[in-house]
Amino acid sequence: MDKHHSNIEHAHGYSIYVFVWMALLILTGVTVTVAGINLGALTIAAALLIASIKSYLVLTIFMHLRLEMKAFRVFVSVAILFIIISFFLLFSDYSFLGAR
Amino acid sequence: MISQDNTAVHAHRDDIGSRMGMWLFLFTELLLFGGLFFLYSVYRFLHQADFHVAAKELDIIIGTFNTAILLTSSLTMAMSITAMSRDNKKLSISLQVVTILLGISFLINKYFEWMTHINHGIYPGSNDYLSMDSGRRLFFALYYVMTGLHALHVIVGTVLIGIMTRFTVKNVITHDSYVKLEAAGLYWHLVDIIWIFLFPLFYLIT
Repeated sequence: MDKHHSNIEHAHGYSIYVFVWMALLILTGVTVTVAGINLGALTIAAALLIASIKSYLVLTIFMHLRLEMKAFRVFVSVAILFIIISFFLLFSDYSFLGAR
Repeated sequence: MISQDNTAVHAHRDDIGSRMGMWLFLFTELLLFGGLFFLYSVYRFLHQADFHVAAKELDIIIGTFNTAILLTSSLTMAMSITAMSRDNKKLSISLQVVTILLGISFLINKYFEWMTHINHGIYPGSNDYLSMDSGRRLFFALYYVMTGLHALHVIVGTVLIGIMTRFTVKNVITHDSYVKLEAAGLYWHLVDIIWIFLFPLFYLIT
């Protein structure tokens, strides 16, 4: 019959990709502009927040996570969660060292 | 019913499994770069002023330009998969070639960038480098290792997409079976995500 079931609808249309691409370019512009303003400690937070939004767009749309089975999204979330946990554990340790 | 359809056309094929395998590999890449990002964050925390001074050496305009190149290459890669799924082989091949060319232009920019630093005497072992404060030395060491490893991934990615283009030409990749192209795409997008974090962390901290 027709297609292998895992290939059905397994790609977005062109227009959504172009929208995501434009959003990514705009966010790049925003992160460069924000970096020029002195926000003190918020500068790095703003940079990381914008980078995370950009990554989310790439993961869900370009990398098709939105079209995949739920298991894919769970796997990726768990992987990212553990990266964040280890980052916080490591960093809290070092920030105490730095305060010494 | 369904299994009958599948066995009639493909003897052993599991596209979902193939993509899951690719994702599992990408998780190991996440650990590889994650470790370097941890290193970066701790050293930046311990040498904040030095990192700010050292980052002035990097050119934000070239960095932004390279970011745009890589984001655009991700767009063409994603579109080449859509083109393939719609049985538009010619368009898919063109988009893959554009992706490769964008990857190469990213590398050319990176080469000129590195040469500028090297001409300024900033490279491991040089007198200028050794006379810097330890914080600035760490910044450039991390810069070379992380952008270098990233550039290595861009090289691997362009070669991979090149192989996929050959597969597409030879009809190994078809509109009915293009999971290989998708896997190459996943790799390429991961390389893009890593750059999305590298760019603000190295170029935009002045």
